[in-house]
Amino acid sequence: MATTSLALNEATEVLRPGSEDEAVEAFGDGTDVLVVGGGTIVVPEMTFRRLRPARALLLRDAGLAGVTRDASRVTIGAATAIEELVAVSAPLGPCAANIADLEIRAAATVGGNLCAGAGHEAPRGDLQGAFLALGATVRSAGEGGIREEPLEDFLPRRRERLALDVSYEEPAAGAFSGLNRPHTHDYTALAVSAARAADGTVRLAATGAGSHGIRLPSAEAAADDPEAAGVAALQDVTPHDDALASAWYRTKVLPVLVRRALTELKEPA
Amino acid sequence: MNLTVNGVTHEVESSLLTPLLDVLREELGITGPKAGCHQGGCGACTVLVDGEPRRSCLLPVAYADGGEITTVEGLGTPEDLSPIQGAFIHHYAAQCGFCTSGMMLAGQGYIGAGGTDDPESIQEALGGHVCRCTGYAKIVEAVAAAARGDSFDLTETAVGKYTKMTTGGAE
Repeated sequence: MATTSLALNEATEVLRPGSEDEAVEAFGDGTDVLVVGGGTIVVPEMTFRRLRPARALLLRDAGLAGVTRDASRVTIGAATAIEELVAVSAPLGPCAANIADLEIRAAATVGGNLCAGAGHEAPRGDLQGAFLALGATVRSAGEGGIREEPLEDFLPRRRERLALDVSYEEPAAGAFSGLNRPHTHDYTALAVSAARAADGTVRLAATGAGSHGIRLPSAEAAADDPEAAGVAALQDVTPHDDALASAWYRTKVLPVLVRRALTELKEPA
Repeated sequence: MNLTVNGVTHEVESSLLTPLLDVLREELGITGPKAGCHQGGCGACTVLVDGEPRRSCLLPVAYADGGEITTVEGLGTPEDLSPIQGAFIHHYAAQCGFCTSGMMLAGQGYIGAGGTDDPESIQEALGGHVCRCTGYAKIVEAVAAAARGDSFDLTETAVGKYTKMTTGGAE
């Protein structure tokens, strides 16, 4: 593994692992390590001196990129570019297409999006809702070694873990419904993902309704009636004010997005 | 590390985490890529890395290691403009010019990836680029013209006395 220390740029030690094993070792228990996936979130943070990491772990060459399929199981490496998901089926494809523009999607990584902390002005992690709806599991490294767990359990601890890959069963049907963005640079203000698993289970999740993606269990329980499910979804979230939208607006549109996603799930366009 | 920009290889001393934009502008003095917002929101810094458009303000220079970088300086020369530069002049697609190099490189990347003159596809490809002069219609027309390989007579334009270019991409 090439390790470089340079005097410029705050003497941050730069780690460039060449394999998953090296990445896991370099991450250790995650203390004082900044993980750089594509760099689209953390590079500006460093540019504006909001981040001055002691060590930075560049993930690109660690062999963690790529999408593999094993029967109905899809596994996406943490360093896979978000742009590579645009062509997959809903909810993931349309959710990915709703992120930034193609230049940024081609650099930004799935792992970076899943692990992103809440921003200064709005939540980040646009893909979290889609992966929650898919019932995805995350394989990650950190204190206690490598483990695989449901994304819901991973999200509260995402800042302490190094995501390695995320996987899910191909759904029988999927849908995505999000607010249009005023500018491609905006993070998702509010979006709802829905998926029906092969066994008929419907999962619903929202991005932009909290500091990270969140399941909507009350709406799921009413999923047969999209209108009622939309209203029920309000029991599952505490909408907030931020730079992208007010809590009032989110409260008004969440039921609409849930209704649209469930309607699309029943009657694909 | 070494950085190959417009066919010339430079030895770079900046930290591996430095944004490619800062290395190009501050260390190498290549100022075609513009520092607009420095956070990915405007597109003025877009360059081609191995032919694909990237925001150079978001890319740690380490990730450009081994890649071929093209800035607006590498598209054409004043005497011999590239087709997309000719199209931008012909269609009056540059006003203040601050967004222009990013727009042209995004357009070049779009055409290089097989993009057509379909306006909606061009708008999608350039969707993250901001033109504060709001000259978007002309920019989309220019990229469409370059995608078609339109020919132009630029001798009567303001750049006519500087360029020998009388026809465009199909030449």
